[in-house]
Amino acid sequence: MASIHVDIVSAEGQIHSGEAQMVFAPAEMGEVGIAPRHTPLLTKLVPGAVRVKAIDGSEQSFFVGGGILEVQPHLVTVLADSALRAKDADEAAALAAKQSAEEKLAGAKGDIDLAKAQAELIEAAARLQFVQKLKNPSHR
Amino acid sequence: MPGSKEIRTKIKSVKNTQKITRAMEKVAMSKMRKAQDRMAQARPYAEKIRRTLGHIAQANAEYVHPFMVERPAKRVGLIIITSDRGLAGGLNVNTFRVALKALREYKDKNVDVELALIGNKAVAYFKRLGGNVTATQTHLGDRPHLDQLLGVIKVMTDAYREGRIDRLQLVSSTFVNTMTQRPQLRQLLPVEPVQDDKLLAHWDYIYEPTPAGLLDFVLQRYIESQVYQAVIENAACEQSARMVAMKSATDNAGKIITNLQTVYNKARQASITKEISEIVGGAAAV
Repeated sequence: MASIHVDIVSAEGQIHSGEAQMVFAPAEMGEVGIAPRHTPLLTKLVPGAVRVKAIDGSEQSFFVGGGILEVQPHLVTVLADSALRAKDADEAAALAAKQSAEEKLAGAKGDIDLAKAQAELIEAAARLQFVQKLKNPSHR
Repeated sequence: MPGSKEIRTKIKSVKNTQKITRAMEKVAMSKMRKAQDRMAQARPYAEKIRRTLGHIAQANAEYVHPFMVERPAKRVGLIIITSDRGLAGGLNVNTFRVALKALREYKDKNVDVELALIGNKAVAYFKRLGGNVTATQTHLGDRPHLDQLLGVIKVMTDAYREGRIDRLQLVSSTFVNTMTQRPQLRQLLPVEPVQDDKLLAHWDYIYEPTPAGLLDFVLQRYIESQVYQAVIENAACEQSARMVAMKSATDNAGKIITNLQTVYNKARQASITKEISEIVGGAAAV
C-alpha cells in the first residue's frame, strides 16, 4: 500500500515521525485529509487535532496549537506552534520587551562608548590570559 | 609557633571555597547535559522549517517576500544573546568581543545599529556603555521557552518590515564541544536562500489562503526558531563554560592548599627544631 511520511515537530521537540496511510489536519480553510501522492500544499493550521492513520490502521491524535502544514507527494510536515498564540499576545510581548529595554537602560547614553568598551575587553582578556598562565605555568 | 594559626585558618577558608566551586561544577555538569538534550530536541523543528523554506524558495512563487530581498544596509539590527549569570569563564566576554567588532565596523561605515539584548549580562554591559537598545529580555532561567523570546523577536522583525532596519543579525555562542564555545555572528534577515537540489522541476504549492500571508507566517516562524535555537545553544554553552571554569577553580584551590600545607609544615618543623635546640642548649648549660 502507498504510504506517506509524517513529521510532526514543535520548536521545543519532535512529537511524531513515521509512515501513514492518511493524515487529517485542521487547516485554516477547514479540515484537510491528505493521502499519499497529494499535490504540494502549504497552509496554516488552526488549533485542533492532527490525526495520523498508521499503516496498520490504528489512529493517533496530536493536539496542535496552530502552525504550518506542508505537503509534498511523499511527505507531510506539521510545524506545530509550541504554545497557543493570539495576535494581541505577540503585540503585548513586543511592548513588554520594549518597555523593559527603556526601564533597564534608563540613563544610558545613546552612543556606544567604543573606546571604553575596547579597553574593558582588553582588560578582561588579559585577566583570562593571566588565569590561564596560572593554570599551566609550563606554557609560557 | 608563630603564624601557624593564621595559616591553618587560611587553609580552612580555601578548602571551603573549593567545596563551593566543586559543587558548582557538579551542578553545571548536570545542567549542561539537560541543556544539550534540549538543543537536540529543538533540532528537528529547525531542520524541517529550513527544508520547507528551501522548498518554497525552489517553487516558482509569484510572490517575493520582503524578508528575502537584500537591501542596502543603512540601519542594522543586532540581537545579542548572553547568559543571565556570570562565573562562566570567558563566555560572555568573547560574545561581546564579536559584537563589538561588528559595531565598530558599522560605525566606520556610518551605519546605525539598533540593539536587542537577551540575557542580564548583555543588559548590564550596554547599560554601562550606552547604545541604541530597543528591546531586552532577561531571566530566561535554565529552560528558556520560545514564548519568552517572542517579544524581542517581534520588535526586530517589525522594525525590518517597517524599514527601520535593513538587516538583522544575531551574535551568540555556538556549542562546538564541552571545552569549546565559539561566539558567532549570523545573519537572520534577509533570509539567505536555502538550496535544496532534490526538487528541480518547476512546480508550485497550492497556497491556502494566499501565498503572501503564508510566506510571511513561515518566515516569521523561521526567524523565531533560529533565535530560539541560538538561545538554547547559548544556555548549553553557559553551563559547559561554567563547568570548565569551576573545574579549574577547584584545581587551583587544590594547588593553593598544597602550597599552604607545605608552608605550615615547614613552620611547624622550624619551631620543633628551635625548641629541641633550646632544650639541648639548656641541658648543656646545667
